[in-house]
Amino acid sequence: MKKMKKSDQKKYWKTNLKYLTVLLTIWFIVSYGCGIIFVDELNTIRMGGFKLGFWFAQQGSIYVFTILIFVYIKLMNKLDKKYNLDS
Amino acid sequence: MDLQTWIWLLVGITFALYIGIAIWSRAGSTKEFYVAGGGVSPLANGLATAADWMSAASFISMAGLISFNGYDGSVYLMGWTGGYVLLALLLAPYLRKFGKFTVPDFIGDRYYSNVARTVAVFCALLVSFTYVAGQMRGVGLVFSRFLEVDINTGVIIGMIIVLFYAVLGGMKGITYTQVAQYCVLIFAFMVPAIFISIQITGNPIPQLGFGGQDANGIYLLDKLDGLHRDLGFAEYTSGSKSKLDVFFITAALMVGTAGLPHVIVRFFTVKKVSDARKSAGWALLFIMILYTTAPAIAVFARTNMIETVNNQEYKNMPDWFTTWEETGLLSFNDKNNDGKIQYLADTSKNELIIDKDIMVLANPEIAGLPNWVIALVAAGALAAALSTAAGLLLVISASVSHDLIKKMIKPDISEKGELVAARLSAVVAVCVAGYFGINPPDFVAATVALAFGLAAASFFPAIILGIFTKKMNKEGAISGMIIGILMMLFYMLKFKFDWFGGGTKEDWWFGISPEGFGTVAMIINFIVSIVISKFTPDPPKEVQEIVANIRIPSGAGEATH
Repeated sequence: MKKMKKSDQKKYWKTNLKYLTVLLTIWFIVSYGCGIIFVDELNTIRMGGFKLGFWFAQQGSIYVFTILIFVYIKLMNKLDKKYNLDS
Repeated sequence: MDLQTWIWLLVGITFALYIGIAIWSRAGSTKEFYVAGGGVSPLANGLATAADWMSAASFISMAGLISFNGYDGSVYLMGWTGGYVLLALLLAPYLRKFGKFTVPDFIGDRYYSNVARTVAVFCALLVSFTYVAGQMRGVGLVFSRFLEVDINTGVIIGMIIVLFYAVLGGMKGITYTQVAQYCVLIFAFMVPAIFISIQITGNPIPQLGFGGQDANGIYLLDKLDGLHRDLGFAEYTSGSKSKLDVFFITAALMVGTAGLPHVIVRFFTVKKVSDARKSAGWALLFIMILYTTAPAIAVFARTNMIETVNNQEYKNMPDWFTTWEETGLLSFNDKNNDGKIQYLADTSKNELIIDKDIMVLANPEIAGLPNWVIALVAAGALAAALSTAAGLLLVISASVSHDLIKKMIKPDISEKGELVAARLSAVVAVCVAGYFGINPPDFVAATVALAFGLAAASFFPAIILGIFTKKMNKEGAISGMIIGILMMLFYMLKFKFDWFGGGTKEDWWFGISPEGFGTVAMIINFIVSIVISKFTPDPPKEVQEIVANIRIPSGAGEATH
């Protein structure tokens, strides 16, 4: 295993935390935001047979969750490459 | 072919498959037994995690719960999938880098304390036993309804099968059996959903179908809202729980999910950190297929059910009605003696009581689907229950043989001895689980909620703080875990079991139900841990170094003792 510089370790971790903050904010908005807190407001909007708030609570949030994890995998793989951590 | 032949055939083939895989992938070392040798591919691990995670509750009960609760059922959908995001982003990669076999291992080493380890072992055992009892009950339910054997015989057959491949194969056998079980259960879940979606809406994709129109051009959800209004229920798409409670229950389920030891341990089975991330992604993708279909099934089943039974002559009920009546899970009481079934929200006039758990199992029969589809659902439900039961049994046996015996009682135990201990504790665990499956305590449902609450209130903060702060010390983590658990236990005992003078809905603190209280207990755990750690000595240098090290993915090495 190659030794990583202390400053690089710090930078790597900071970028990781930045990604986490952004992704978890989206995670919060689609589930707690669209699916619970603003569900009544969104339910006034319709998408075919679905009320939008109801759709987010039972469908949309789950799709977004899955996409979030795959985006995270992509971002972290790129970050690992940048710091030569992709063993 | 008649239904019974189909069921025996499909269940027989799938069971033969699981046993075949178990023989092929026997475990020879403790490493193979605990973490499948650490060489499982991310895709296979994703499939296995999905099967491990989706239990009898997901397969049999969830769609039924949503069916009866409408919008309120969203807490399960968002809670149980949203937890995966936390798991993939905040836990899996770092725990994999840490490279231990079990969750108590992490807690014990990170907090350099056997007290912390013991608290963690206690929580892991409690969570897993509660869960596994529920799975055995699910197995018994399927056997008694579909194979027409006694429910106790059903539980015993299930015990023997699980025992066989969990004890023989350990994690290695379980992993590859779970891959097969995922394929069986997802196929079994999707086929009837697609059939019914086409039947009702003409759209083969159930996720779109339940937002579609019926034969008369009325949107299905509008129609169901209308039916609910007519019968006096809360509107299907609005629900009746308070917003605050929905918020807290969802959070408790999410955090509880991320803290479940049998799911976390699956990420120890892959080669490196990037594989741990990848397999979390695959796992949620595979779970998503079932979880986005379940609300569609809920709507189809609810509409079909109401239209089939409400205001219809009792004597004209189809066969499935009488078969379920015999199991006692469905009952009709003709209160106004008009010979017809009135299904109403008002309990004084309602004549039909339906157990939520039968909706998924009865759904294909209600829709009049061919026999082989009904048989498939039985095989799928068994796959879901057995795969989760096996995963939980492994956590129990590892907690006993590894965390208790090897780490605390007898550190000089040989590898062979540890393997024997692991197998023996799996045997004992199966027997205990079987006992609870045959004699389910009245409080199964309550204790399952308690298990989630406990995982949320204890493990989650300790693990997160252990990874994301270097300064968190044993004093903080231990007091946080203990206070979190005690708060949760107190609230559950008070409001679920009527101890300490009991309490009603009106007495709930801030209107939060016991199911949602795990969130409160978790927040308190976080606060207590952080405050106490500020006033007590920092953790030793080596521990802070370990924390710095688990944040960097390279050189994860293999899982070690």
